[in-house]
Amino acid sequence: MESLFAIAIGILTAAAVYMFLARDLPRVLIGFIMLGTAVNMLILAAGRIGSIVPALVAGNESALTAAAANPLPQALILTAIVIGFGLAAFALMLIVKSQRILGTVMPEEMQEAEGDVAPQALPAPAPARRKDAA
Amino acid sequence: MQILLVAPLLIPLCTAALTAILWSRPDLQRPLGLAGAWLLLGSAVALLSAAWEHGPLVGQMGGWAAPYGITLVIDLFSAIMLVITGLMAVAVAIYAMGPGAVERDKAGFQPLFHSLILGVAGAFSTGDIFNLYVWFEVMLIASFGLLVLDRTREQIDGGLRYVALNLVGTLFFLMAVGLLYGLTGTLNLADIARVAPDIENQGALAAVGVLLLIAFGAKAAVFPIFNWLPAAYHTASMPVAAIFAALLTKVGVYAIIRVFTLIFAHDAAFFGPIVGVIAMATMVTGVLGAASHYDVRRILSFHIISQIGYMLVGVALMTPLAIAGSVLYVVHHIIVKANLFLIAGAMRQEGGSFALRRLGGLWAAKPILGLLFLVPALSLAGLPPLSGFWGKFAVIRAGLEAEAYVLAGVALAVGLLTLYSMIKIWNEAFWKMKPEAAKSIPWTRRERVATYAPILALAALTLTIGLWTEPFAALSLAAAEELLDRQGYIQAVLGSVQTAGLPGGAE
Repeated sequence: MESLFAIAIGILTAAAVYMFLARDLPRVLIGFIMLGTAVNMLILAAGRIGSIVPALVAGNESALTAAAANPLPQALILTAIVIGFGLAAFALMLIVKSQRILGTVMPEEMQEAEGDVAPQALPAPAPARRKDAA
Repeated sequence: MQILLVAPLLIPLCTAALTAILWSRPDLQRPLGLAGAWLLLGSAVALLSAAWEHGPLVGQMGGWAAPYGITLVIDLFSAIMLVITGLMAVAVAIYAMGPGAVERDKAGFQPLFHSLILGVAGAFSTGDIFNLYVWFEVMLIASFGLLVLDRTREQIDGGLRYVALNLVGTLFFLMAVGLLYGLTGTLNLADIARVAPDIENQGALAAVGVLLLIAFGAKAAVFPIFNWLPAAYHTASMPVAAIFAALLTKVGVYAIIRVFTLIFAHDAAFFGPIVGVIAMATMVTGVLGAASHYDVRRILSFHIISQIGYMLVGVALMTPLAIAGSVLYVVHHIIVKANLFLIAGAMRQEGGSFALRRLGGLWAAKPILGLLFLVPALSLAGLPPLSGFWGKFAVIRAGLEAEAYVLAGVALAVGLLTLYSMIKIWNEAFWKMKPEAAKSIPWTRRERVATYAPILALAALTLTIGLWTEPFAALSLAAAEELLDRQGYIQAVLGSVQTAGLPGGAE
């Protein structure tokens, strides 16, 4: 089971890195989400995969039975999913804004923040829609 | 005690919540935000005096005993960082009442600002590595919002660069936390530190250390992952840039110092040289970047990177003097760098621009601004008797004592180049003849007071640290000794030894 997990995490990470190398931002964002999934699986694996008994304390007991699954990684992953979702949502909104305001989602075409020429001296690039976003 | 321990978290949380409720009433948000900042400073000072008297303060949240629940630990280093956070919160809250306040507050500056402070204070208070991750994210989300507050073209571009690298840095951190849990079976920093030297697979632990170094290094903007900082900081509005410059990178530095003195101290022979090389490369690239730029904000942004290198020297050498130097340097740098950004905002008001080519004649027009600029600028370059001199003195002397001559030499040379950049700003903005086009931006008396008051206060503080160094140096040394006393920290948090374990796992 562990080796299967390791292979899956490896494939997801490789795919994520491939997406990071893309030139447009939506793909980078998808890469981020995939890497996040890989990391979550890694946390689950780090907490040892074994029992699949739900980590629930029965009403008349005060502690988990020894056979239960490790609940801590699940709690960590839940937190990480929530945070990752928030970050991804913000990043997606920023990319949408970028498409609307700058007219592009390709970092190479953005010259606003780091161009040597003062921004107001640049002719405003036409906010043309890019269809060939590959 | 418990209530004092959580005060630095509760106060910004309540302030952020209240200012968010008063969304449509910016006029009420402003005094509320300022009151929250003052309260935070007060509680942090109380914590510092308590930590000075009683040693590390420890609180178990929700009454769960140490390795299981979330622990808050405030030792001297944390308390110092909290005080400086409170100080910056007050300074920037006042400064934010200056020009542009109305637009900023309408866009939601106050709730985001206090959320940022919440994240920073949480990162300084926690004694749990997963909790540290959560506070990093609180800080990160708030900083995203603050960075693109005005929604200009420049900010969207800078914001994307900032977001992209920080998202990846975040995942590195999370990955390291997961692997560390897999190795040690615990998330409590003190418990990890207790278990770490006895782990069989030291190679895997070192790999986790490198992952953490990358994750925190990305936040601290060290070489070679600093590119996001000069791409983004100068696009933010001035109060935002000042609070970013003061606190964000320093949280990364704090995390590096905390984790590497506590968890990886037994492996210092492996990490020391790595951090040393990173520190030198960071100093040099930062200062060279600054030398090549002609926008005040961009010069200052690159200098943040350069100065981060000095702060890492403590981790590279691991001697009490070196770590004390790092602590003193962090304190000095936060005050000075925030002040320089505040002054850059004032220069734009008085001279009409951030670009050095369009500035000029400010010394003739505004001699007081010139004097106020000289204090932090010369302090940044490390001229005696200002605060930067003592920080650099401690760091370089520690380098010489540890026979790290290259490190000490680079630190000295970078100081000279820093002076070059500061003199460049001085020559261009203050001494040069006023260019035809340069025009001051009109502002009200109120805005002027709000801008100059924090600048004046921070400059006075820089002078105080410089001329009356004794107590600050003693505090830094005590903090450094506490940082190096791992057993003391573990004892304070865990008390009698308890263990958390993995099912069928490492324990």
